Amino acid sequence: MGPLIPNGIIPEDWNYIIAILIGLAFGYILEASGFSSSRKLAGVFYGYDFAVLKVFFTSAVVAVIGLYYMDYLNWVDISQLYVHPTYLWAAIIGGMIMGVGFLAGGFCPGTSLCAVAIGKIDGMVFTLGLIIGIFIFSESFSALEPFFEGSNLGNITLVDTLGISPYWIIFVFTIIALVAFAFSDWVRSKVKKVFY
Amino acid sequence: MKDKKQQNRHVYWNPYFGGFLLGLLILFTFYMTGRGLGASGALKSSVVTMVNTVAPTHAQNNTYYSKFIKEGESPMNNWLVFEAIGVLLGAFLSGAFTGRLKLKVQHSPKITSKRRLIFALAGGLLFGLGAQIARGCTSGAALSGMAVLSTGGFITMMAIFGTGYAVAYFFRKNWI
Repeated sequence: MGPLIPNGIIPEDWNYIIAILIGLAFGYILEASGFSSSRKLAGVFYGYDFAVLKVFFTSAVVAVIGLYYMDYLNWVDISQLYVHPTYLWAAIIGGMIMGVGFLAGGFCPGTSLCAVAIGKIDGMVFTLGLIIGIFIFSESFSALEPFFEGSNLGNITLVDTLGISPYWIIFVFTIIALVAFAFSDWVRSKVKKVFY
Repeated sequence: MKDKKQQNRHVYWNPYFGGFLLGLLILFTFYMTGRGLGASGALKSSVVTMVNTVAPTHAQNNTYYSKFIKEGESPMNNWLVFEAIGVLLGAFLSGAFTGRLKLKVQHSPKITSKRRLIFALAGGLLFGLGAQIARGCTSGAALSGMAVLSTGGFITMMAIFGTGYAVAYFFRKNWI
């Protein structure tokens, strides 16, 4: 039963080879979806291109339905999967800083790597900025540590937070995604086209 | 008009198709490794490695760097670093097949290259900082988090997009 590598079904030696192959597919999908272009990415915030919203939510819905279905079939044990921990205020403030960074820079870390790979100089400068940002965070860690380690709610999921069945959460999430897709198409039809 | 057509040569995948494949990839990654995808982690390893090479004592005395330094093993010896190498290769291949490999600064015709690069640097800096505070970026925290219904993943996703919409007005000249 999955996950395969942690349970020793596929030997640990394969881990890095699988990492490169997964990365290869990740980079290919992002670039082919147009995520190496900052102007396409930024479109989601101005209503002229909703590729980010569509790719992002389609993939989240496919992944979460798939994982819970595989758990139902006993192919994977969902309780063994790594759940990103919730440090409430760090998640909110960190996300807000990333939001401003996105509007200023037009990329996120994964998409900037794709931009670097196809020769976008703005992507390279953004990546340099990422490195400087990580460096600043690390150097000022002792000052930020109480905030960074504070408000730790553990590895919780929406099932714990809302106290309802995961199947209902996934169902509602899927409906929200579908409504968002329809709404985004409507907005796009009202907004002036931007060519890039 | 023909020029404009040439400029708009961005024949990308249908976003639902791309999203569907990305969803399958996230599924496969969790099935294989028990964890999700990531992007900023590899850059963090790079920073740790650089600092540890230039100033090892300083790195070992810093509470944050020292979390990622192990005796006799490079911080680059990390799953996310190998994954990031794959991302670069994959994006390069996609760009090569579609004729998108080109050294250039992409920016709105309303702004200069210089302005674009200054904002890219500042934006990258903020994104790097924010991704460390939130323990992951759009890939590691938001996308992979949402795939396992992580509360923190949803919160980070809403914080990124919500703030993005809130400040979009101030950056409009750069994009539209």
